[in-house]
Amino acid sequence: MLRTSRQVNHPLRSGTAVSVLKPGTFVAVLLVAWHIAVKFQRVPILPGPVAVGAALLELGQRGLLLKYVVASLFRVTWGFLGAALLGIPIGLSLGWYRRAELAFNPLLQILRPISPLAWIPIAILWFGVGDLTAVFLIFLASFLPLTVTAMNAVAGIPEVYVNVGRNFGLRRAQLIYTVLYPAVMPQLVIGLRITLGVAWLVVVAAEMIAVNSGLGFLIVDARNAGNRYDLVVAGMVMIGVIGLLLDVGIRSLERVPSINWGYSDD
Amino acid sequence: MTSAARPASAPTTQARAVKLRADGIGMVFERDGGGVSVLDDISLEVGEGEFVCLLGPSGCGKSTILNVMAGFIAPTSGQVRIDGEPVVGPDPRRIFVFQERGVFPWLTVEGNIGFGLSRLSPEDRQRRIAHYVALVGLQGFEKTYPRDLSGGMKQRVEVARALAVNPDMLFLDEPFGALDSITRLIMRGELLRIWEAERKTIIFVTHDIDEAVQLADRVVVMSARPAKVQRIVDIDIAHPRDISSARYLSLRDGILEAIGLAHKV
Repeated sequence: MLRTSRQVNHPLRSGTAVSVLKPGTFVAVLLVAWHIAVKFQRVPILPGPVAVGAALLELGQRGLLLKYVVASLFRVTWGFLGAALLGIPIGLSLGWYRRAELAFNPLLQILRPISPLAWIPIAILWFGVGDLTAVFLIFLASFLPLTVTAMNAVAGIPEVYVNVGRNFGLRRAQLIYTVLYPAVMPQLVIGLRITLGVAWLVVVAAEMIAVNSGLGFLIVDARNAGNRYDLVVAGMVMIGVIGLLLDVGIRSLERVPSINWGYSDD
Repeated sequence: MTSAARPASAPTTQARAVKLRADGIGMVFERDGGGVSVLDDISLEVGEGEFVCLLGPSGCGKSTILNVMAGFIAPTSGQVRIDGEPVVGPDPRRIFVFQERGVFPWLTVEGNIGFGLSRLSPEDRQRRIAHYVALVGLQGFEKTYPRDLSGGMKQRVEVARALAVNPDMLFLDEPFGALDSITRLIMRGELLRIWEAERKTIIFVTHDIDEAVQLADRVVVMSARPAKVQRIVDIDIAHPRDISSARYLSLRDGILEAIGLAHKV
C-alpha cells in the first residue's frame, strides 16, 4: 500500500465550502427539475417539492415530525445497541476459538439469509404489537451481520500481533483488550456502518406493521387515511435525511487515527 | 557440550557463562500426510552478553530455530534451556523482534514503545519511554502513528519497544531485511551501539554474510533444509570493524567457502 501521497491525494478535502457547495447545487438542480416535471404531469404520479415541503411543515406544526423521528430513532438505538453489545463479543470469541466457529458457523449461515421481516409474525406473537417487537426486529437485523463481521475480523488478525502480545507476557484478558480489540476495530467500524444502514431500513418496515408511531407508520397511515401522498413523500424524505446523518456520524469513526490505519487511502 | 564443528584454530569465547543451550533440536512439520524435516539435530551454546548470528539461505529453517528458542514453537525433539531452565513459552525477559511488521499500527510511537510497561507508574513509564525514544533517535515522533513512519523508523520503534522492558535477550529475525541498503547500514551501527551500551545477549538471524561478519561475535553457518549447524566461525575483530581489513575479508571468504560460494558469481 502506498502511504506517502496520502496528504496530497485529496486537495478538495480542505476546502469545506467547495465540498458542501457541489452536492448542494446538485440537489437544488434536482429539486427544480422535480418541480418542473410535476407541473407537466397529466395524471397525478408524484406530489411536487412544494407540496412535500408544506407537508413537512404541517407535520412539524402538529408535533408529529419530532415525535415520529424520535420514535424511530429510539427503536433503532436500542435494537442496534443490543445487537452490538451481544454480537460483537460473541463474534470475537467465535473467531478466537476456531473450534467454536466451526460449530456455530452453519447455524449462522442458515439464519443469515432469512430477512428480519420474515420474523414479523413471530415477533408479534412473542412481544405483541408495540415497541418491543420493532426493537426485536432491528436487533435480529443487526445481530447476525455484526457477529459474522467480528468473527471474520478476528480470523484475519496477523499472527505476529498476537505473538508480540504473548511475548510481552499478556494474560488472556489483557491480550483481548490491548491487541485483539484494537486490531479488529477497522473491520468492526465498517460492519457497524453497514449494519446501521440495514437497521434503518428495517425499522421503517417494522413500523408499517408492528406499531402505530414512527416514520414507517407515518407513510402507511398517510396512504390509508385519505391518500395523502404529500405526507408519504415527506416521510420518505425524512427517512433519507436521517439515514444520511446516521451514516455521516458513524463514518466519522473511520477518521480516528487509532482506527484509520486499517483502510487504504482511496 | 557438542559445540558442533567449531574450527579448532579459532579462539573461543568460552569464558562467559552460558545463557542459552540448545540440545539436539529437531523439527518435523506435517505436510500432505508426510513429514518434512526442517531442523536436524541442532546443538548450540550462546554465552551471556554474546552477539550470535545465525546465517543461512532463505527458507533453510533459521527462522524456525529462532522461534523455537523464543518459545513460540515447541520442537519435535530436543530441548532449549535458558539460564538452565527449559523454554516452555514466550517470556517478557526475552523479546522477539520481528521485521517492522510487529509494530502495532493502532498505537503511536510512544504507545508502541510503552506497550510492555503497563505495570510501571505513569511517571516511570513516561521516563522509560522518553529514554528509549532518544536512544533510537525518534524524538519529535512520539505522537506519530506507524503509517506515517518509514520502514527504518518502524524498525527502530520495534527495537525500542523490545529494549524498554529491559530483557536479558533479544531474538532478531532478519530485522533489517526490508530496509534499503543505506538505512540497513545505519541500523547495524545503531544496533551495535545499543548492544555495547546495554550488553544484552542477542541472537540475530540473517541471510546476509556481510551483515553477520560485521555484527557478530560468532557466526553460526547453517546448511540448507533440513538446517544443520555447518560451522561456527569466531569473528575476532574488535568494534568498530574495518570492513576492508585483511582479517575481515579472510573471515568473510572463509564463510563463503563454507557455503560453497567462494570466488564465484
